[in-house]
Amino acid sequence: MDTLLDVQDLTVVFAGHRSGAASATVTAVDGVSFRIAAGETLGLVGESGSGKSVTALAILRLLQPPGRVAGGRVVFEGRDLLALPEHDMRAVRGARISLIFQEPMTALNPVMRVGDQIAEGLVCHGMAGWAEARSRAVELLEAVKIPDAGRRARDYPHQLSGGMRQRVMIAIALACRPPLIIADEPTTALDVTIQAQVLDLLRELRAAFNLSLLLITHDFGVIAEMADRVAVMYRGRLVEEGPVRQILRDPQHDYTRTLLAAVPGAR
Amino acid sequence: MSLDSARNRALLEVRDLVKHFTRSQGLFSKPSVVKAVDGVSFTVNEGEMFGLVGESGSGKSTTGRCILRLIEPTSGQVAFRGENVLGFSRERMRRARRDMQIVFQDPYSSLNPRMRVGEIVEEPLVIHGLGSKAERLARVAELFDLVGLEASHLLRYPHEFSGGQRQRIGIARALALNPALIIADEAVSALDVSIQAQVVKLLLDLQARLKLTYLFIAHDLRLVEHICSRVAVMYLGKIVETGDTKAIFANPTHPYTRALLSAIPVLDPDTPRHRIELDPSSFDRQAPLRQLSPDHWVAV
Repeated sequence: MDTLLDVQDLTVVFAGHRSGAASATVTAVDGVSFRIAAGETLGLVGESGSGKSVTALAILRLLQPPGRVAGGRVVFEGRDLLALPEHDMRAVRGARISLIFQEPMTALNPVMRVGDQIAEGLVCHGMAGWAEARSRAVELLEAVKIPDAGRRARDYPHQLSGGMRQRVMIAIALACRPPLIIADEPTTALDVTIQAQVLDLLRELRAAFNLSLLLITHDFGVIAEMADRVAVMYRGRLVEEGPVRQILRDPQHDYTRTLLAAVPGAR
Repeated sequence: MSLDSARNRALLEVRDLVKHFTRSQGLFSKPSVVKAVDGVSFTVNEGEMFGLVGESGSGKSTTGRCILRLIEPTSGQVAFRGENVLGFSRERMRRARRDMQIVFQDPYSSLNPRMRVGEIVEEPLVIHGLGSKAERLARVAELFDLVGLEASHLLRYPHEFSGGQRQRIGIARALALNPALIIADEAVSALDVSIQAQVVKLLLDLQARLKLTYLFIAHDLRLVEHICSRVAVMYLGKIVETGDTKAIFANPTHPYTRALLSAIPVLDPDTPRHRIELDPSSFDRQAPLRQLSPDHWVAV
């Protein structure tokens, strides 16, 4: 399979407040390398502070100071994203790689109709005018299975349930038909029955649009349901990587074993 | 098991508990009523870990708060050691809370950021006027030891601790007055899975050492199956299934329980998924609980 994303030796540091104090600089991501093939889902697992979300932000060059990429390459569709001028990078974000966040309430604009938030990406990337983009937004709401999509497009985020908001987030991510979606804990804030529906939806869309997925989660159950391969992060490093069955049945690294053993009801 | 149940003594008995919230819809329209807790009954026996599970909005946390009267219930009875807590005067209720404590979900917002953690754990003793200063400090040191924190951390502030450590501080505070019952309201939900396992182990150790009784409120069925002896499943303000944990997980009978269990991700990619979608019209929401087996009740 063709490699779509090739992250090589990515390193991210956060500079401390006190100038000159070497100990104050934290290496959040420490020489991380992984690849995602077209149509493949890679699960990136780890606990709070392991560096998995920072990795996602670094790929999209969305890190805020004091965080910065200190080394490595992010090769996507043959180009190193870290070397692109900002103008070219903007053409990648949302159009070629989009991001689904954990908390749909804070990620959506509270004072903008959800249909317009979906249409906005198409307009910004010059793919459609507002009128066409709005009708595309309704189709996307139908694609993520929101009933009565035409009316719902005119709703504000607070009028939707948590599960519906996350569907809107997915519709926004899909709008420009990007080949890669990074989903950062997409179901963590949801109830388990709603999580099941959203995972089913992601699985369906993934097949329909031949999407690659970088799925960031702390939940091995979600990994088992969704991922082809798994990369385990611990303190900024990838400690283990492999096909999902191999990692779940025969974890090699102590940390992976600890994580799996901590899942309630795991053998 | 039958011998055990004969010896079981009820510590907490909740009967027909109701909490309705009214929301005004504006000046000229009738206020709407949210039936957050709608006729809930269950019994927690001495020394057991009783699980109250459900999803957001099921009323499980409101039930927990009504028991402690942190929220005043609309009607019903809550008997603690046979006495109706809802009839207590303010002063009597304050004293009763020495025996019934709560651990909250969010270890970040439930600790006062401006108090040293030693003071946070000592505060219940101060409020209830227990012991001299020296005795209180000795008790705080003892509690820190009990929950696996170091006495050298007594003078620090909450922000200096990780989520798991903060939850230990919250547990130490709950234990300060030597309660019989701890209501753990999603007490480990906000923690990473490996930290969650450590805190759960602590709760189980404490249960054995101090003969504690827990009302364990949670949304994580896998966890509840693992640690609770009995369980009640809540859906939209009502208990739809309750009884022995093993019996319920072996033979889930209510459509909601089945949907909930089938939604849990399985740790094996090759296990076929049989996801059951809940069809709310497939059951009668008003159906009373009926007995299925000696300790298994279901509302169908």
